[in-house]
Amino acid sequence: MADIVLDKVSKKYPDGTVAVRDVDLEIADGEFVILVGPSGCGKSTILNMIAGLEDISSGDLRIDGERVNDKAPRDRDIAMVFQSYALYPNMTVRENMAFPLRLAKLDKATIDEKVNDAAKVLELTALLDRKPANLSGGQRQRVAMGRAIVRNPKAFLMDEPLSNLDAKLRVQMRTVVSRLQRRLGTTTVYVTHDQTEAMTLGDRVVIVRAGAIQQVGEPQQLYDHPANLFVAGFIGSPSMNFLHASVADGRLRTALGDLPIGSRVRGLLSDAPENLIIGIRPEHFEDAALVDEAARAKGTEFEAPVELVESMGSDKYVYFTVEGERATSAELEELAADAGASDLPTGGGANLVTRLSAESAVKEGENWRVWVNLEKIHLFDPSNGRNLTLHEGRAAGVTAE
Amino acid sequence: MTVRVSEGKRAERRLGWLLCAPAAIVMVAVTAYPILYSVWLSLQRFDLKFPDEREFVGLSNYITVLSNEYWWTAFGVTMLITVVSVAIELVLGMGLAVVMHRTLVGRGLVRTSALIPYGIVTVVAAFSWRYAWTPGTGYLANLFSDGAPLTERASSLAIIILAEIWKTTPFMALLLLAGLALVPDDLLKAASMDGATAWQRFVKVTLPVMKPAILVALLFRTLDAFRVFDNIYVLTAGANETSSVSMLAYNNLLRGLNLGIGSTMSVLIFISVAIMAFIFVKLFGTAAPGREEGRR
Repeated sequence: MADIVLDKVSKKYPDGTVAVRDVDLEIADGEFVILVGPSGCGKSTILNMIAGLEDISSGDLRIDGERVNDKAPRDRDIAMVFQSYALYPNMTVRENMAFPLRLAKLDKATIDEKVNDAAKVLELTALLDRKPANLSGGQRQRVAMGRAIVRNPKAFLMDEPLSNLDAKLRVQMRTVVSRLQRRLGTTTVYVTHDQTEAMTLGDRVVIVRAGAIQQVGEPQQLYDHPANLFVAGFIGSPSMNFLHASVADGRLRTALGDLPIGSRVRGLLSDAPENLIIGIRPEHFEDAALVDEAARAKGTEFEAPVELVESMGSDKYVYFTVEGERATSAELEELAADAGASDLPTGGGANLVTRLSAESAVKEGENWRVWVNLEKIHLFDPSNGRNLTLHEGRAAGVTAE
Repeated sequence: MTVRVSEGKRAERRLGWLLCAPAAIVMVAVTAYPILYSVWLSLQRFDLKFPDEREFVGLSNYITVLSNEYWWTAFGVTMLITVVSVAIELVLGMGLAVVMHRTLVGRGLVRTSALIPYGIVTVVAAFSWRYAWTPGTGYLANLFSDGAPLTERASSLAIIILAEIWKTTPFMALLLLAGLALVPDDLLKAASMDGATAWQRFVKVTLPVMKPAILVALLFRTLDAFRVFDNIYVLTAGANETSSVSMLAYNNLLRGLNLGIGSTMSVLIFISVAIMAFIFVKLFGTAAPGREEGRR
């Protein structure tokens, strides 16, 4: 077990492309850290550099206090789980799991003991004499995990280990991974492009975009206090709504109407541009009829035509189209492209996804009054994506005094 | 229970047969017919020098050939050439394949230059080897020997094997290169994470994973090498007991004009090749060319 420190680590390819730019990251001993970002953002490259499978162009990588930039993967004592599982097809499950131990020249009795122990933990005992070809996806995944834990390495690296599983199994395996990591207490770096996985698994989440770290923090902190537009849009499902907003006469002019600005936020906005992007999470809307008097004061109401209602049982996802400008920025376009949304028709106006209580009587096609909680609203600078409502690392809506 | 076949399915099947038919007919015309005709000839006493004595003799030609020491000498020579040349080709071909696989700069150039020997007509290459080993004028003869290497049995065989290896190693390398490309990168990465050295990765991961490709390459080359003819024909013409079975069959058929014995030998070569293919496919589990290798 060990801590892992990345100190200004960069990866530059001979053709000049920079895949990873000055990454600073300290991973504590026993911590479970998730690297998340859209495909091609460099998260796998960072992982491969920690593994030693890719050379570090500049900066230092320290494992357990020791600089390991120039060490071969086999000398770093790190285990890795691959998206493809990378099981040796010619070996049985037992041989696969014993492989690192055999290379480490352990005696046969020790190897057997360790393999049996790991197999028991992962419920693979009955499968030990099978070849990978005769296993299901979930079983292969477990064998890959088994091969990693069997030799008790300093750290685990996992490169999208659950991405090849079907949705249901992925959710189950998520808890398996999580429990296993807690039980072993081994430092783990986990790469995924799935924000749900990132939110549910990690102690801390590192959001990577275009080779640079956007924000590092606990999942809830990233969700509540995103540092910028990219983080705000990437974390959360359905994702945050973004609308165009402009400051005029001490109020925010948006498609939802004119919103009051509190004195604190006014201070923060003093040197902000005139045109902003306002971000509201779907759950910060509510059917106006269901909001009590006390809560009503914290927000504002608007009326819009209901386009679509998706009833999830526990709540309702209600889609509105509101008149007004769509928010645009490089970050938002990138997020849309990553989600494949750039191929979808968007129609006129701005689309709004809201999450209302299941009791709401909202009907498709009608105009409906909706309340929005102003204490939870974020404002972003479209030119650099920075969250303007963030104060001392915390966001507190636009009305804070 | 009878399986009912829908009209569409039947039409599709019929189309399948129709599409196969031209190839099948050509195959029958150019391979099946000659094979059957050779078998038919091999069962007769049929010497063009004595055409009147042609008669059906059953398996007597086979007894004659199989009890003849020239046949067995040639068979031994052929096996020796096959085993030695294929073994060396495998090692060299693997080396060459790894180089071609790893090369990043000038990949095309490396591959093309490696393939040159394979592109040269065997007879032409064989002649250049013969001249090279001719005493007095040949550069290799002057360099390595003071006698005439192509007039002695051991050195002749060595030169024949050398010529074979030089010519077909690129082919072997190409087949192995295809196999190397099948080894997933992740497996090698996983192995290096598991603590394997480059050599261990090669022996414990690459080789087992590409075993099907290796076996196919060996199968192709073994069958090919067993029919060695051109090099021997040009280099020694079979002198000093360097005849291969193909050479012997050729001499009996076209020089001796003994169609019966010559055909018998051809059929025996055909049977030997078939047995080798059978051993490869059944015993070693070589995937027959074209079959899906769904054995991951």
